[in-house]
Amino acid sequence: MGEFKVHRVRFFDYMPSAIRAMAFNSRTERLAVARADGALEIFNFADHYFQEKVIPGQDGRAVEALCWVGQRLFSAGLNGEITEYDLENMRPRYTVEAYGGPIWTISSNSQGTLLAVGCEDGTVKMFELLDERIRFQRNLERQKGRIISLSWHPSGTLIAAGMMDMIRIFDAETGHATHRLLVERGAGASKSKEVVVWSIAFLSDHTIVSGDSAGKVQIWDGLTGTLVKTHLVTKWDVLALAVSQDESSLVAGTSEGTVVQFQFIASTVDQQDKEWVRTRTFKNHSHDVRALAHTETAVVSGGMDTQLVVRPLLDKVEKNTQESALRKIAFPHRSLVCCAKKAGLLLFQFPDHLELWRVGESDGLGKPGDSLPVKRNPEKLIQLKRKGEDHICCSALSPCGGWLAYSTVSAVRLYRIQYNNISITKVSKLPKDLRSAHQLCFSSDSSKLFASSSHSSVVIVSLNQLECKHLHTLKPRSGSRQPVHLLFASEDGKWLAAANADCEIHVYNLHKLKLHCTVPVHSSCPTAIAIHPVTSNLVVVHADQQIFEYSLMQKEYTEWSRKLQKQGLHSLWLERDTPVTHISYSPKNPAHIFLHDMFMFCIIDQSLPLPEAKTMLYNQMTLRSLPEPERIRHSHAFKICKNFQHLLCVSLLEDHSLVVVERPLLDIMSQLPAPVRQKKFAT
Amino acid sequence: MVEHGEIRVVHRGGSKLTSRDPVFSSDSRFLLCASGECVKVFSTSTEECIHDLRGHTELVTGVLLRPSNHLQVYSCSADGTVRLWDFTDGILIKTYVIGYPIYSIYASANHEGVIFLVTPAQSDKRSEMFQLVAVQLPQSGDQLVEARELSAVLSDVSSNPAAIVFGRGGEYIASANGLQLEVYFFKKQKAYRFPLKEDNKKGGKNTFMCVACHPKDDCIATGHEDGKIRLWRNFNHKKEYTYSTLHWHHSAVSSLCFTPEGTNLLSGGIESVLVQWRYNQESQRDFLPRLGAAITHIAVSPDGALFCTSHSDNSKELTVDTVVRTDLMMDPRSKSLVLNGKPGHLQFYSLQRDKLLYNLDIVQQEYIHESGLQQFEVVKAAFNASGNWLATVEERKQKAAELELNLKLWAYDEQTQSFVLNTTISAPHEAQITAMCFCHAADSQTTMLASTSKDGHFKAWQLAAQAHTEDEGPSWSCDFVGAYHDLVPECCCFSADGSLLAVSFQEVVTVWSPASWELLTTLSQPPGAIRDLCFGRLSCSKYLLGTSANNLLCCWNLLTCSLEWSTSMDVSLLLADPLSENMAAFCCQAGCTDLFVFKPSEPRPLFSRKEVCSGKVTRAVFAPREEMLESCEESSQWLNHSQLYFLTQYMDLMTFTTKAEEDRLMASSKQLVIDDSVAMTPFYLLLGKHRQQENQDSLGGMSAERTPLPQGSVAIREVGSPALFMLIYYFFSYMCSHGLREENKHTEEEMESEKEEEDSEGEMESSTRPKESLESEATESAAPALTKAQARELRRVKKLDHSWLAGLLDS
Repeated sequence: MGEFKVHRVRFFDYMPSAIRAMAFNSRTERLAVARADGALEIFNFADHYFQEKVIPGQDGRAVEALCWVGQRLFSAGLNGEITEYDLENMRPRYTVEAYGGPIWTISSNSQGTLLAVGCEDGTVKMFELLDERIRFQRNLERQKGRIISLSWHPSGTLIAAGMMDMIRIFDAETGHATHRLLVERGAGASKSKEVVVWSIAFLSDHTIVSGDSAGKVQIWDGLTGTLVKTHLVTKWDVLALAVSQDESSLVAGTSEGTVVQFQFIASTVDQQDKEWVRTRTFKNHSHDVRALAHTETAVVSGGMDTQLVVRPLLDKVEKNTQESALRKIAFPHRSLVCCAKKAGLLLFQFPDHLELWRVGESDGLGKPGDSLPVKRNPEKLIQLKRKGEDHICCSALSPCGGWLAYSTVSAVRLYRIQYNNISITKVSKLPKDLRSAHQLCFSSDSSKLFASSSHSSVVIVSLNQLECKHLHTLKPRSGSRQPVHLLFASEDGKWLAAANADCEIHVYNLHKLKLHCTVPVHSSCPTAIAIHPVTSNLVVVHADQQIFEYSLMQKEYTEWSRKLQKQGLHSLWLERDTPVTHISYSPKNPAHIFLHDMFMFCIIDQSLPLPEAKTMLYNQMTLRSLPEPERIRHSHAFKICKNFQHLLCVSLLEDHSLVVVERPLLDIMSQLPAPVRQKKFAT
Repeated sequence: MVEHGEIRVVHRGGSKLTSRDPVFSSDSRFLLCASGECVKVFSTSTEECIHDLRGHTELVTGVLLRPSNHLQVYSCSADGTVRLWDFTDGILIKTYVIGYPIYSIYASANHEGVIFLVTPAQSDKRSEMFQLVAVQLPQSGDQLVEARELSAVLSDVSSNPAAIVFGRGGEYIASANGLQLEVYFFKKQKAYRFPLKEDNKKGGKNTFMCVACHPKDDCIATGHEDGKIRLWRNFNHKKEYTYSTLHWHHSAVSSLCFTPEGTNLLSGGIESVLVQWRYNQESQRDFLPRLGAAITHIAVSPDGALFCTSHSDNSKELTVDTVVRTDLMMDPRSKSLVLNGKPGHLQFYSLQRDKLLYNLDIVQQEYIHESGLQQFEVVKAAFNASGNWLATVEERKQKAAELELNLKLWAYDEQTQSFVLNTTISAPHEAQITAMCFCHAADSQTTMLASTSKDGHFKAWQLAAQAHTEDEGPSWSCDFVGAYHDLVPECCCFSADGSLLAVSFQEVVTVWSPASWELLTTLSQPPGAIRDLCFGRLSCSKYLLGTSANNLLCCWNLLTCSLEWSTSMDVSLLLADPLSENMAAFCCQAGCTDLFVFKPSEPRPLFSRKEVCSGKVTRAVFAPREEMLESCEESSQWLNHSQLYFLTQYMDLMTFTTKAEEDRLMASSKQLVIDDSVAMTPFYLLLGKHRQQENQDSLGGMSAERTPLPQGSVAIREVGSPALFMLIYYFFSYMCSHGLREENKHTEEEMESEKEEEDSEGEMESSTRPKESLESEATESAAPALTKAQARELRRVKKLDHSWLAGLLDS
């Protein structure tokens, strides 16, 4: 594996934003997650929970609720606007003002024809869904007090609305309220406080389930408007409810960070009269569970502690499979760190600013495992605040460190950096074609900037001291409309590889400025791509953890890749639940490929035999203790290092030292606000 | 007639009540507990033991109401039999011989004539595997029935009786063993297994401890080792089963029970807190804390009004802790047996009434119910002759920390009728106290206490008035510290007149004069360290007896300072009767204990009995009798003044009785035979009583044979509910003697006066013993025959023409 001098970087204060809302589209198996900063993330549950798309947030946009209508995604927020998103260009498509004050909730009927929003002023507003837009239809009977939650009856004729202290049932056709269900306030001191019905679910058998701020989950009969059962779930608030598709199970998320499952069960075996019974309690969060989704096989929860948790229901999945494992998604599945290999610089991307750091230096020598004395401390060179109200969606730093570029949904900005007495100048005139980019990348000689644009096209801009010129726009032949999320320019400046959300990887010849080839499409989305500097082999790692090596010269998979596919990857490798986000090469040893995910980094030595299914995958420690001949016999291609955890970036610098950017989850946890008080045993 | 004067070893209670679940009778008036080799029937209203169901020859392992007849009860035992009893009368109805040791018994109304037993999986006894078998009980009129039709239902079950339970209406049976819950549906003949992982992530242990089934819903509650309770539902699916988890207990849940209507779930564990969970509203729970000791079983009466919790310290009858560290003692004042009770307590147990009088808190610290904690324990206690003073030693030994030792002296307070702490001496010695005794001289002015310790010293403590403080009374202080050649003193003993103190230092016995504290003489009989020391009493007070570890019993004459005699015996316990010259020596031989009673002056033992019980007897006491027994038989004369009680290794309290005594008891217990559950028409009473009286008159002791109990029941209860029958009986005899010809008015007056009498009796009792008041109250409720309506009925009957009745009786 070799010895490296490691720059252990812990000064990237990356702080994810709290999860606010969630909507699961069971047809496409996509989960939309809205964060507190207004960012929207789309996870593909069919493809190993891969974070497919990220729509950056915007100042002042606070998404309170999300709603899928077919393939269309709507959000509503406390700014009083309804937004539909363009998921192909990863930007809001349009925004409609509802004129009812802050909007708390949005819900569509099961037919997909109407959208109902609940407003602060007590109105439920109905919007008609047109092909391109939505149009205000009418208000339902106006109530006193805000509408916090809404749920359509599956037939589309009734709407239940959760309000302060009560639940209203509306006839969707006439707009009149038909029932008024009074929700009891909490006991004791909270008696004087209004109870907020945070979440409501209207089931097809006219059962209404409500979760409120008094910590109750209540089951109501929607036909008669009577209370059937009260389950006191927590001392604090029940913030979210989610019902499974078949209405046999429902989950409630609480302020204590617990998710409580209720199941529709017959009280005696072999009988038909079923009732909702509280069954399991999941505690995977430290803070409020603000958003919940109930998929066929799992409960997805998210909240203040910023992690997305997928908890499989063990009665629905096969035990001891990859599907039955609990998943916590803490880091984004894309890179927020850009490393200038030649200059030893690191660029950190935050939603509202960029930070440029120079890594520290040390000339000491030590034994493996020692920490060396630092001669020069790492230094923050530049903090660049973004312009405008849109958040940064991508950024790049040129390998020489002289150029810096970032993009929002509305504009791309390019900067020239001088290091002798650090100064930054904005390149004012950018070509018109470079309006917004999903991904940015510099060529290895820093002479070109590649920016992925709409419909998977890539814009090439040539850079020099005087001006920036649009050279060419590369377009794939497939006509995919999905955005490119990965770009890689080869070391020799000949190749450019671009991967999009349709799982396609196009390789362009930059000398000829045309498409060279398209890598055969694998069913899973690529998470990292790289082109070997010497052999020009393209290495692709997919969300399903498969690794492919594709020879650009022969336009076919290499021998090694075929062998790997034939033998299959080690089961432990396939069981990892975070995607590989970086690939890099060692200039010293061309057979080495560096990969990393959140919990480990790995050097694949292509010259060594592949691990057998029965051998140990993580064998670094045991190998060290073995005598030399034994060690050779036991060593295999995958050399995995878990010394560093919660990795955001692992990169090899020019001087053969390794930069490891860590962001310990504990540091993130410590920056969260205090959770609600809970009695702990023996305290 | 049976031979008079035969001495028998009689079980006097004390064995563990808590090894198995208690069972309520269906009318909630009786509670049945397996206790050693018998089943005890308690009245729920008076809390007293009504009678024992005796017959099993080994440990009773299960008690179960017969589902088809709620007046009958099955009991199973490790002796391989199942017995069917009428528990109201204490009659053995049938014995089913199964042939294998039985560990628990189950039945349900759904399975007529079938009982389910847990037996070892292989026929050999030592097997660790157990199976649940169904036994078809053969229909037969015989008393002794062989039931060999066994069919296995579940294999690999737990021997813990709490781990198997019948579900709703007996449609399925749930069994938990280790990490697996198994539910067997009888109709479908299908079993479902639900395994759990060994540990959860937080380190809790998931092992099943106990199971309970909801009576109405299909819900199984399981208790686990980490204190969690799981409620399983939908368990008729292989995969879609589900459970919810309740967590309050911090240690293993040892017992779970649903209330009869299924509205509540009760759980208990080592925390000694009874937790009541609302079914389907589990966040609401109620607690009954400070129950005194860890809960091992919970039972609920069928009407749901009574809960019964059994505790690990045997506290229903509360006799014997699992570890008795103090000697057995007699409280000279209350004539009660004193020994370790609740943790940190001494219990006073009345042998006459077979009842716990009270617990004296010695340690006076909160006892934390958690396993693995080292807490203060009372290790030694002693009374002085008059019962004015009680000395206790408590110690706490932690692994790393130093030994904590307290010597406490308690004075008896006449006003409060209890012991009051007088002096606390912390760290009286530097090491554990090995023995402690009071000077027994009744006439001596000063009271003296001697204690010996492993630190090589013995100390004498004396009560001295404190000069400088006015308000405080006299307190205890150290009078003398003695040692002998750096040897460790093992036991100490005062002579009867208090003029000599003998302290043994390994093989040397030193005799000191407490007046001047000079070493008078040393006696030695090497090799072998002295185990017990005992001065003779009365005429034999010149003798000092000692037992050594080398199987030697020596008797020294203190006048000559020489060995009078010695004999080779492995005496495990030697004690002297305070009221006579007699001494008792328990010898342990080949796993059995023999008893010899002798006088030091006579070479011939007064009484000897081989194989009194199995195991070693380490605790015994002579209890003075309240009234002297007049026994002419020579062999039983030693029992005239006092009775010998001893504890077996199974913590059974045993005693010796003479036949005469037994007969007397039997006769008095005869009056209890009519049970209060029998409908008590005046007619029945009149006739039944009369006939019984006749029997007793004519046959005398023969009446014992009428009860089919093979060993004869030793009922040791008096008064209580029988008072009523006595009353009615008196009334009846009154009516007879007055020929029923008096005016109605007159009889009514008499009635009232009788009633008053009853009331005053109750008051009298309550004044003497506070607990008794409860009893007398309960007495009224226990006998439904005396409700007002019935009394009126009785009166009405009387107003009728009774002459025919008188004629019938005369005939």
